[in-house]
Amino acid sequence: MSAPVTPVAHNPIGRAANYLTSQLRQIGIFIALIVIVVLFQILTQGVLLNPQNVSNVIVQNSYVLILAIGMVMIIIAGHIDLSVGSVVGFIGAIAGVLTNRMGLPWWLAIIAALLAGVLVGAWQGFWVAYFGIPAFIVTLAGMLIFRGLTQVVLGSTQITPFPDEMRALGGGFLPTLGFLGGQYETLTVVIGLLAAAVLVAAGIRQRLIRRRLNLEDEPFAWFVVKLAFTAALVLAIAFLLASYRGTPIVLVVLGLLVVVYSAVMGRSVYGRHIYALGGNLNAALLSGVKTKRVTFLLFVNMGVLAALAGLVFAGQLNLANPTNGTGFELDAIAAAFIGGAAVTGGIGTVTGAIIGGLIIGILNNGMSIIGVGTDWQQFIKGIVLLSAVAFDVYNKRRSGGR
Amino acid sequence: MTTNILEMRSITKTFPGVKALQEVSLGVRRGEVHAICGENGAGKSTLMKVLSGVYPAGSYDGEIYFENELVEFKNINDSEAVGVVIIHQELALSPFLSIAENIFLGNERQKNGWIDWNATNLEAAKLLARVGLKDNPITKITEIGVGKQQLVEIAKALSKRVKLLILDEPTAALNDEDSAHLLDLLLHLKSQGITSIIISHKLNEIKRIADSVTIIRDGKTVETLDMAKDEISEERIIKGMVGRDLENRYPHHTPDIGAEVLRVEDWTVHHPTDHSRVVIHGANINVRRGEIVGIAGLMGAGRTELAMSVFGRTYGHNISGRIYKDGVEIQTRSVSEAIGHGIAYATEDRKRYGLNLIDDIKRNISGSALGKLAKRGWVDANQEYAVAEGYRKSMNIKSPTVGAITGKLSGGNQQKVVLSKWMFADPDVLILDEPTRGIDVGAKYEIYTIINTLAGQGKGVIVISSELPELLGICDRIYTLSEGTITADIPRDKATPELLMQYMTQEQD
Ligand SMILES: Nc1ncnc2c1ncn2[C@@H]1O[C@H](COP(=O)(O)OP(=O)(O)OP(=O)(O)O)[C@@H](O)[C@H]1O
Ligand SMILES: [Mg+2]
Repeated sequence: MSAPVTPVAHNPIGRAANYLTSQLRQIGIFIALIVIVVLFQILTQGVLLNPQNVSNVIVQNSYVLILAIGMVMIIIAGHIDLSVGSVVGFIGAIAGVLTNRMGLPWWLAIIAALLAGVLVGAWQGFWVAYFGIPAFIVTLAGMLIFRGLTQVVLGSTQITPFPDEMRALGGGFLPTLGFLGGQYETLTVVIGLLAAAVLVAAGIRQRLIRRRLNLEDEPFAWFVVKLAFTAALVLAIAFLLASYRGTPIVLVVLGLLVVVYSAVMGRSVYGRHIYALGGNLNAALLSGVKTKRVTFLLFVNMGVLAALAGLVFAGQLNLANPTNGTGFELDAIAAAFIGGAAVTGGIGTVTGAIIGGLIIGILNNGMSIIGVGTDWQQFIKGIVLLSAVAFDVYNKRRSGGR
Repeated sequence: MTTNILEMRSITKTFPGVKALQEVSLGVRRGEVHAICGENGAGKSTLMKVLSGVYPAGSYDGEIYFENELVEFKNINDSEAVGVVIIHQELALSPFLSIAENIFLGNERQKNGWIDWNATNLEAAKLLARVGLKDNPITKITEIGVGKQQLVEIAKALSKRVKLLILDEPTAALNDEDSAHLLDLLLHLKSQGITSIIISHKLNEIKRIADSVTIIRDGKTVETLDMAKDEISEERIIKGMVGRDLENRYPHHTPDIGAEVLRVEDWTVHHPTDHSRVVIHGANINVRRGEIVGIAGLMGAGRTELAMSVFGRTYGHNISGRIYKDGVEIQTRSVSEAIGHGIAYATEDRKRYGLNLIDDIKRNISGSALGKLAKRGWVDANQEYAVAEGYRKSMNIKSPTVGAITGKLSGGNQQKVVLSKWMFADPDVLILDEPTRGIDVGAKYEIYTIINTLAGQGKGVIVISSELPELLGICDRIYTLSEGTITADIPRDKATPELLMQYMTQEQD
């Protein structure tokens, strides 16, 4: 056949502009994050970025971020999970009973709680994957079932305290290694530098691979800006944390989860199957993807992550309460969609969901500091979610020409 | 004043990274049937989408004159308002609504906001009569075949007082009989003064009904031929499309036939929802290594159902029979089991069953055999790229990189991605369901060559096709299927269109 399609824009500037418009979504969400940070930094008269508050924002949003990771995977597969808030409460209650009432050691309680998460996920995964009930219904039922069970387990009281180790998982910090210049906690600085170095190295490696494969369309300048920005962000956070109490333990957990799940979604066969499923279920089926098993495992995975979030939350509050986790599912779902996941499935990323979760977290935190009531907080979060998805849809229409 | 109902001048349309149309011009005379030909990805569908307002004014350069007036359609409603109606390459009917509801969808017969059911059904019946359909207007779309669905689309166009009807590959999914009916209908509408533009890769159809042909290549107009003036032959059109002479439509194939690789015995399949209905009756087929076997049958004879029930029971209920691979009985209860036994099935409906349209070329190609590219569950991106790039080159997939989203490829190029995907799985038996549907003549030749190569490698190839000349041109042996029963097994040297037709229409009791 004849000559290949004519690419437009041979000059580098035109190409860069072309690229940036095609990446509007990713750029948009970053800019939104920056705008929100700057805005609240001004509105809170500098409180937002003060070291203690940064530490708080991370710790207090960690459980929603953990949920968001599992949620975005479920959404990519074309499902939804409305039950995670109730599961957070349920697992917190179980952990409370096991440690406080039955006196089990903390590590055994954690293992048992995570296993309970597996069972919860398997229960829901069974109905969705093998019985064929839409996830919306199964998890709506799960929302009621596990909220009810939370109250049954707790007998309508609350349990406190939790063992120190579990409290540390929720709100504790890594041990300090002394202070650099009497001001910056050494371990945190080291971790920050390492993380930044790894990020830069991974970014360069990725680019080299894409270059070799001739798939690179990202302009060099933009690549450098992006990498420098992310590295600077990591370092800034590290130094802020270092000048307060060091690295929150839950941040380490979260960091590991992000790395592992990003890799799973980007490079593993299982991750590919999730995208294939959400993109076109029939085609995936006819390509030999074991769609039922993939779906089942997704819900099991969500169950485990929800259990982890439940442990973190209960540990942080030092309390198991019948209302723990109420409404968390909405924040997790909103995080995934603000982070660019598509309602129809097949599209989304773990990092996107994390950024989406941070946007919500910073909004919550900033608005609380300046004394906005929960009424207006909800209103504003709703508007942000709507605008993010509207921006998405608008973009798609513009580029697809439809 | 010209007699042209439509003038498109210097149309240029760019997508991010792709110039789909460059300075294309098109003139269509009032009352004619005007065909548009060109290779896959030449820009035919894009040009028609520009014309019908799918791509709104402002998103392209150039001018459109309809009935001598400059028009700038902002959307489909604008173009329909002046009588330009497009029927897309993919049918756009709502499956669970009735025929009548579909005809008036978006254009409802109403009284003060309430549907006027009498008017809806009565007028629908009249429109159906005009297109030669006798079905009840309250029949659901799912209950009628594709051939009739295409006619419903035309009835829908007629309800909009169409002056210029645009059909994008209307017969691609139809069998010969339904196609003939549709073409007759177009001629009939022409006698009523309706102008039509038809895109088709089936040159015999074009020769039959078109008054002129415009040929597009790589987003540029090559020429417009007047069919009446100098007896334009199919070869002449092909030459315009591919820019050179194409000597044979079918590549030469010397069969080198070995041992039997697949045998299906006494295969009976029931309908998935209507369990008492038998869709396939005790079919026996086999294919040997190096052999290309055709399955001919009318639409609804059960060709796809036969193939899909063998391929991991993806169709049907209460399936019975035996499958032997290389002489050993095997089970194919799931797709992965079938693939594991070296059986592959490339679907006829690439958009619904073949591709993940929101993902890129390389991931679609690797999709059916990702395991081959993975070590301990992790995909090797380098190797994946190399594999996909190899197919992009060898299959001539028109796209700058393998990172392009398949949903944005032209129909024919999507089909090549589906084929690449199954070639990559490297099966022993490859079942190809309508492998050249919607594919241009040049690319068809390439695909036939690929089929020959696969057979040459000792694979068994089964080709299901509605185009008899194609089966006759490439197969070593042809089974005929009529109402779910295999009626004959005809070797190449005995096969003629008449003989095939006779067995394809043999009555069953
Ligand atoms: N929405 C889109 N975004 C990007 N590129 C597109 C889009 N739609 C079409 N293209 C590109 O424009 C070119 C022309 O496509 P078009 O669908 O018009 O081809 P066609 O002539 O109808 O081919 P076929 O015979 O295969 O249907 C192709 O290279 C295609 O990849
Ligand atoms: Mg087309």
